[in-house]
Amino acid sequence: MTSSDDRSPAPALAARSVEKQFGQVRALRGVSFEAMAGEVTALIGDNGAGKSTLVKCLSGVHRPDSGTIEVDGQPVHMTSPTDAERMGIETVYQDLALAPDLDAASNVFLGREIRKFRFLHDQPAMRRQTAKSFADLGVGMVQDLRVPVASFSGGQRQSVAIARAAMWAQHVILLDEPTAALGVIQTAKVLDLIRRVRERGLAVVFISHNLPQVLEVADRVEVMRLGARVARFKSGETDVEQLIAAISGAYTNEVAA
Amino acid sequence: MSGVQDDKTSETGHLHAMAEVAAIDATEAGDAVPEAAATEGAGMSVDTAPSPWRRLVSSPVVMTFFFLAVTMVLFSILAPGKFGTTSNFEQLAQNVAILTVVSIGTTFVIATAGIDLSIPSGIVLGEVFALKALGLVTVGSGTAVDVASEDTTAWYVVVALAASLLSGLLLGLINGFTVGYMRIPPMLATLGTLGGGLGIALLLQNGVNTATYALNSVATGQVIPGLSNLVLIGLLVVGIGYVGMHRAVFGRHTLAIGSSEESARRVGLKVERHLLKVYTVGGLASGFGGFLSVAYFSTTSVAGHSTDNLQAITAVALGGTSLFGGVASIIGTLIGVWIPAVLQNGFIIIGVQPYWQMVAVGVVLILAIYSDQLRRRSRSRR
Ligand SMILES: Nc1ncnc2c1ncn2[C@@H]1O[C@H](COP(=O)(O)OP(=O)(O)OP(=O)(O)O)[C@@H](O)[C@H]1O
Ligand SMILES: [Mg+2]
Repeated sequence: MTSSDDRSPAPALAARSVEKQFGQVRALRGVSFEAMAGEVTALIGDNGAGKSTLVKCLSGVHRPDSGTIEVDGQPVHMTSPTDAERMGIETVYQDLALAPDLDAASNVFLGREIRKFRFLHDQPAMRRQTAKSFADLGVGMVQDLRVPVASFSGGQRQSVAIARAAMWAQHVILLDEPTAALGVIQTAKVLDLIRRVRERGLAVVFISHNLPQVLEVADRVEVMRLGARVARFKSGETDVEQLIAAISGAYTNEVAA
Repeated sequence: MSGVQDDKTSETGHLHAMAEVAAIDATEAGDAVPEAAATEGAGMSVDTAPSPWRRLVSSPVVMTFFFLAVTMVLFSILAPGKFGTTSNFEQLAQNVAILTVVSIGTTFVIATAGIDLSIPSGIVLGEVFALKALGLVTVGSGTAVDVASEDTTAWYVVVALAASLLSGLLLGLINGFTVGYMRIPPMLATLGTLGGGLGIALLLQNGVNTATYALNSVATGQVIPGLSNLVLIGLLVVGIGYVGMHRAVFGRHTLAIGSSEESARRVGLKVERHLLKVYTVGGLASGFGGFLSVAYFSTTSVAGHSTDNLQAITAVALGGTSLFGGVASIIGTLIGVWIPAVLQNGFIIIGVQPYWQMVAVGVVLILAIYSDQLRRRSRSRR
């Protein structure tokens, strides 16, 4: 899965000059983006820069108005999140996308239930696997797996969404502000989880407004502003001040598209 | 199955993670063993054990079951030897059987946060289609409509049943298409098919009812001695509904869509297609209800079902299925069907004006929905 030997491996997931407009709002204005296997790529930018919209284009929720999405260098046409899932791309959305009335295990397996006799679901098996995955992933969510996730705290709900994505991802995992609702300990665990997922050779895309956190966990940082990429950095070669400058538009190292 | 499982490091990672979990969630150390958490709701962690009272009022099913049990005990005490008799129960069970069948179907619709007002037209169309189908079968110089109940055959029954189900299927498909694909709000879509369906039934019948005894044995016969077929069929439908809602992937997806349509779509559920199926289930249940109705009452009743939709919705809501979708209980619906019937029957027996039943059902309905609201509020406040 890792292609560290290749001189110029194709990005695991990439966007090329993607445009997306909602009514009058031009959310994405020719944005490009690359995520490599075995790397954590941070995607940062001010509120409304278009990060979540880009993630939704990369995960099949939105279809770009123009531009292409590439998986391993091959252009792909995704018409639904299922298409992305089939290619091993999993997403933790900023708004989580959980069914609040269902319990954690049902959410983790929603749409991919373990079945008995083809039409029944095997709830005990799903609950067992979920408990195991939560432990494996160090999500530390020892909660009653039978209560609806609506009764979980915001951080616990986020943990469920992350565990779901980490459990199914085979190729790329997109995390849209996964630590936003988390306390110190849970945040540390999620960052740890991100590193472990990277060790598995997956490409990790990580959105956060916490710049020290970004520099701590990311291998590369891509900066968006007003729907386009304005800068790219190796995380060892930059600092918080420079990132802020890029976010605010004072610095750019991107040739205009 | 999962990426995690294929991971070679899973074994050590597992142990490591367990130690980690145990260290951090020291208060819940007993639950840190995943298998324990999985087999017995062990995660009953400190902050999720509600008081018995809260559990009672925040679980509509428990509350309405409690209410039903209390009223039944009361009536048994107030009318000794009259209410609590086997024959009275047999009668009650027959009276509610058709409403049960229809209500189970509509439980699925309501679980998606939808509503089906077209139930009366589904039932009446089911009756009329059954009758028209019998009319196509010639027997001697007449048709199967006119055969005596002793002279009926399985063939006539199958023909009538197929016709009833066909009408239910068509109605359900139209409802499902308008709600699922055309995105018309369910209340309006099914209001349309309510009127349209009734109109077609009245046109087919020229506004008058037709009697037939050909299907009588379906309802009043006893395949299992001592249990009327109608009650048996009702129980079977409850069983199928229970598996469909609570054990099958179909029910799981129904609840997920009712809980959050957008989330369901994001995990790749085909929401439109599923809604089509759910409304088709509702339509089939109504059509089947029409078949049972013409069998039981030996006549169509084109004007006799106009409040069946409200009765079914009442039963479903009493049973703890959330009108906002996402939460449903088939057993609850069964209880919810019985409450109005028991009140009506009990009031008559003890000599209270049966109109009080309407008042009492209204009060219990509002309490049940209030309890659902409490549950929703308490779960999302944290
Ligand atoms: N479904 C939508 N319909 C209309 N406008 C939208 C939609 N989604 C996003 N937008 C708009 O697109 C722009 C970019 O939004 P987006 O959510 O991608 O920003 P973001 O970078 O994720 O911001 P944040 O850091 O606050 O999450 C915003 O102006 C937003 O209002
Ligand atoms: Mg965002």
